[in-house]
Amino acid sequence: MKRPDEGGARRAPSPGTRPPRRAPRVGVLSLQGDFDRHRASLEPLGVEVVRVTLPRDLAALDAIVLPGGESTTLLRLLEATGLRDPIHAFVRERPALGTCAGLILLARECRPLPAPPLEVLDVAVERNAYGRQIDSFSAEVETSVLDGPFLGVFIRAPRIRRLGEGIEVIARHRGEPVGVRSGRTVGLCFHPELTSDSRLHRWFLGEVAGLDVPPARGPAPAAAASPGGRGTGEDHP
Amino acid sequence: MNQQEQFRLKVGLAEMLKGGVIMDVTAPEQAQIAERAGAAAVMALERIPADIRRDGGVARMSDPAMIKRIQDAVSIPVMAKCRIGHIAEAQILETLEIDFIDESEVLTPADEENHIDKHGFKVPFVCGCRDLGEALRRVGEGAAMIRTKGEAGTGNVVEAVRHMRSVTRSIRMLTQLGDGELMAESKRLGAPYELVKQVARTGKLPVPNFAAGGVATPADAALMMILGAESVFVGSGIFKSDDPEPRARAIVQAVANYNRPEILAQVSAGLSVGMKGFDVREIPDEQLLAKRGW
Repeated sequence: MKRPDEGGARRAPSPGTRPPRRAPRVGVLSLQGDFDRHRASLEPLGVEVVRVTLPRDLAALDAIVLPGGESTTLLRLLEATGLRDPIHAFVRERPALGTCAGLILLARECRPLPAPPLEVLDVAVERNAYGRQIDSFSAEVETSVLDGPFLGVFIRAPRIRRLGEGIEVIARHRGEPVGVRSGRTVGLCFHPELTSDSRLHRWFLGEVAGLDVPPARGPAPAAAASPGGRGTGEDHP
Repeated sequence: MNQQEQFRLKVGLAEMLKGGVIMDVTAPEQAQIAERAGAAAVMALERIPADIRRDGGVARMSDPAMIKRIQDAVSIPVMAKCRIGHIAEAQILETLEIDFIDESEVLTPADEENHIDKHGFKVPFVCGCRDLGEALRRVGEGAAMIRTKGEAGTGNVVEAVRHMRSVTRSIRMLTQLGDGELMAESKRLGAPYELVKQVARTGKLPVPNFAAGGVATPADAALMMILGAESVFVGSGIFKSDDPEPRARAIVQAVANYNRPEILAQVSAGLSVGMKGFDVREIPDEQLLAKRGW
């Protein structure tokens, strides 16, 4: 629990200048999945993004993001690369955000899965619980941690079937929990990285991880919009 | 849901498959081996390309009963192929709730002029290409993922390399052109102007760009990633080898660690004989699968 304090020490740079110390270092597990989309969401927030594919990549990280992807593939690759134990140790003590497959990795229980998940977030998750790709959808989710709703993109998404004690629900869709937090650990059933709205990433870095993130420039983007900037490069014809 | 939002969901699944391996399987047991080995998805088909090539005749969509058995056997996404331009086969696959449809040159084309209008489907499509113009024509029709054609069923990666090199070279050239040159370039490529402008601005395809066609070894898969592929399809290479499961595991690790030669050396070691494969120049022109598609 030393890192978040160091993060605190980096707070309050003088306005309009870069912080005197290094930018926060945020790792993105980059074995498989949409890790590049997380990178694209995080980099404009002024953090240094580190690709995590080997145990040594975890050194000196302030927080980690576990992306969407195939959870069965990710679990196999965690074993094969020797990353499973170091990542487990990291997420037990330091801030972690998991989206979709990332949530599955963080959960205490998940079925069906070839190997146990990392078990740091006391929820039970069911994979592909909305159905196949034809059942993928996007819809506004209500969040208690942002001003206004957020566009949730659900791709073959998991559902949270049981909430453990002390789990805070931070996002709901039709009353059902789709985003949860326990201390420094956050799990989402949907993919904020597939939108150009970075409010949830910013909230995770600032409020959950206690990192120094420069304030947003201009008004927060509307939930569904993808207005200008680097977001447009990712947009679809 | 509007078309743009629908397209976000389609490309979203392609994003989730990045850095992964999509394996051709012809039976539920093979699908389970693939899943166990770490495949990000499987392609359900009755005959792998090497056998289609050997048998000749008309190659069609697989039997829906066989596709269903594979869907029931695994929890990862299941893809299936329809013939180029065969709208009805695509509709059947959509009804089966297949996760991705490959409108594939490996099957015998049903339409020698038109590909399927893919915007009208809820299920995403992947299509093959040999060059940037072909890639952008398919994206214009609604493909949510592009792959190289390579030359399927040969165990020879040379054509996939040619196609990936061609796409990335053309993208780099586009980014160097002035705005006033893009319409002429669009005409030359035979690609939609709006997409040409987008690629010139972003320096990348509008949808994920995967490799396919002739990948047989972990090193082949890593090569395609080094050349810019974001994921790799492996068809005949795995289940035509003597040791499918270790080879499948090794290729999965090779794609995730494509830029770490020490890991590639480790996972390549001790695999038994790979698919024999052959020189693409020995194939008569009219039998080249990559020439199908327009």
